[in-house]
Order: sequence, then structure tokens, then C-alpha cells
Amino acid sequence: MVADLSNIEPKIVDALSNVFDPEIPVLSLLDMGVIKEVNVKDNWVHLKLTPTYTGCPAMDTMAADIVAALDSIGYETQIEFVLAPAWTTDWITERGRKALVDYGIASPLSEALDKSALVNGERIVPCPQCESTNTKVLSEFGSTACKALFKCDDCLETFDYFKCLK
Amino acid sequence: MIIAHRLSELCGHGPSLETDIALTNISLDLFGQVRNFFQYAAELGAEGETEDSIAFLRLEREYSSSVILEQPNTDFAHIIIRQYLFDVFQLMQLEHLAKSNDDRIVAIANKSIKETKYHKRFSEAWIMRLGLGTELSNNKMQSALEHLYPFHGELFRPTDIEIDADLNGYGINPERLKERYQTEIAETFSSAGLTIPNTPERMANGKTGIHSEHMGAILSSLQYMQRAYPNMQW
Repeated sequence: MVADLSNIEPKIVDALSNVFDPEIPVLSLLDMGVIKEVNVKDNWVHLKLTPTYTGCPAMDTMAADIVAALDSIGYETQIEFVLAPAWTTDWITERGRKALVDYGIASPLSEALDKSALVNGERIVPCPQCESTNTKVLSEFGSTACKALFKCDDCLETFDYFKCLK
Repeated sequence: MIIAHRLSELCGHGPSLETDIALTNISLDLFGQVRNFFQYAAELGAEGETEDSIAFLRLEREYSSSVILEQPNTDFAHIIIRQYLFDVFQLMQLEHLAKSNDDRIVAIANKSIKETKYHKRFSEAWIMRLGLGTELSNNKMQSALEHLYPFHGELFRPTDIEIDADLNGYGINPERLKERYQTEIAETFSSAGLTIPNTPERMANGKTGIHSEHMGAILSSLQYMQRAYPNMQW
């Protein structure tokens, strides 16, 4: 769910769309759906950011990156973290999902399919390398809190899968 | 926070790469939840209180964590049993807090529930794997259960604050969770080929600030940096 930025100055939107997830440098914060609301008054911006995982250590970096990006075009920013409504992977845009796969991270499935893959070990997650679905979960906890570790039995590569959070 | 700290001690020391990463991910999630609660507490608290002062600068008897969470990372069986006994409780407690009349608590709870479900799935799956594994794994799990089970009762003994919170609609008296909890864990342990011990409850009053001998070591590690370099920031 991308924030409604239709009333925001294009150069601000442009600056925001060039702030990326520190861990996944191809995924912009707008495409991740973590920027909830932007309010601009003169050269002052108030921006609401919602955390992905509660313990995500990248959130503070994201906030700092946003402040720096807007500072470079002359705006002073105040970031407010909002917990509700809670972030869900549903808010990742289509463009975001494609960016994940291009980067080598399998994008989140629906809640039901996610459970099938993680809990029942069903082979349904497409490998970001070779696209085969002959894949299986190795661990529900991957390189970061938001990802699980998978292995492709066709190309034999391991890969991270972005877990469905709903 | 105390159990998150115990899990953090495993960073680089887990029994396997995947379990090391899983346990430290769980630790990170829990620290995130703690931060949310402590930030709120700091806002409501005395002038000058911050999430850091609450986390790092209290004296031992000012921590109100349950004694079971201080128990050491003796072996993987202990880590898993401790985690499971906590996860089942944590999920039930959060589900109730999600109905609190305090919006902030509701928001924190709803966020935390999503992650805690993953934690419980992890610990429960290992209970089954190790309980039904080999004779050795079953023995180690049984031994861990016998050490840790007698501490779990404290989770359900309400403090005055919890009683007050329940009466005023913003929290939950954990006593109300006990029966459902006992039923759930009994079923899991039975399915995993483990026997719930019939030993008396251990003395545990961490919630009123009387901690076990382990707390000293935990706090000296947890608090060292803030006390050695006051107000240090990452």
C-alpha cells in the first residue's frame, strides 16, 4: 500500500523513491510500503514510517537515510514511527516484488501458500535463480528476521525467501 | 528482555548455523518488542527516563522478569524447553493485550503477535523433533523439562500491577491463561514423548524483584557498557 503522495511535490517524491532498504539495495522504501504518510509545510516535512519487524535494525538507518535525502534537497524532516496499522508484506508493490526476485530474494507468497511452504515443506516457492519450484525450506529463519532460508534442488543454490507477514 | 539477552549469548555459539541464526533472529524480534514497550514506558514514566535507562540502568530488584527466563543456556534442550514454555505464554498474553483499552498496547501487541507465532512454531517443532528423535535426544529433553518446568508457575502468579491492569482493562491477569496453557503444553509434551514432571514448584519471585543467582551475571553483562560509558549511543 503505497502512501498517497499525489499532493506532494515531485522532487520530494523523487528523493523518497531513491531511498532504498539498506539490506536490499534494489528495494525502495516506497515500494516496501513503509512510508505511510507525508506532510509538507514550507521546508519542513513530517513523515510517518511503519516498522517491518519490531526488531528490524535497519529501521533506524532507513529513518536517517530519509532525513539525509530530504536534507539534500533543502527540507528538514521529522520522522514518526507508527505501529498501527501493522505493516504487512501485502504492502510491498509489484515493482518491489520484482526487484526482490531480480536481486535473488524470493518474494512473499499469500498467507496460505506461505504456510504450506514453511510448515508443510511444500515445493512451491520459485527459485530466484532458475525459476524452478523444486525448492524446499531449510530454516524459517534466514539472514535477517524477515527472511527464511531455502534451497533449490534443481540448480542446487540456496536463496532467501521473504516471509509473508500478515 | 532477559530471555532475549539469553538468546543473544548464543550468537556464534549455536549448535548449527541454522539454529544459531534462528535463535538470534528470535532474540532480535524480542528486543524489538521490548523496545516498543520500554519506549512507551519511558513516555509515561518519570522525567528523563528513556528506553535505555529502563533497559540498562535499573538495579537488580527493579527488574520484574520471571526467574525461568534467567535460566542458563545449559544445552540446546534447555534452550528449546525454556523458549517453548515462554512462547506459548507470550502468544496467549499478547492475544489478550491486543484487546486492551490502551491503543498503544494494542498496536504493540498486534505487531508482536505476527512474529511470536514464528517463534512458537520454531520451539514447538524442535520439541517434537528432539522428543521423538533418539533415546539420547529424548533423555536430554526430559532432563531439561525436569529442570525448567518447576519454574513456569511464576508466569501465572499475578503481581499487584497485573491485577490492577486487568481490572482497569489495559492488561491481563496471567492467572486467566493458566488452564489453557497447561492443556496446550500437556498435549505437546505428550505428543513428543516427554513426561511432565511431578515435582514441587521452585521458589521463583522474579516478578517481585527477587531474582535467582543467575541474574547477577546477566546484569553485569547487560549493563556493563552503559555503566562504563554513561549515555553511550550506537
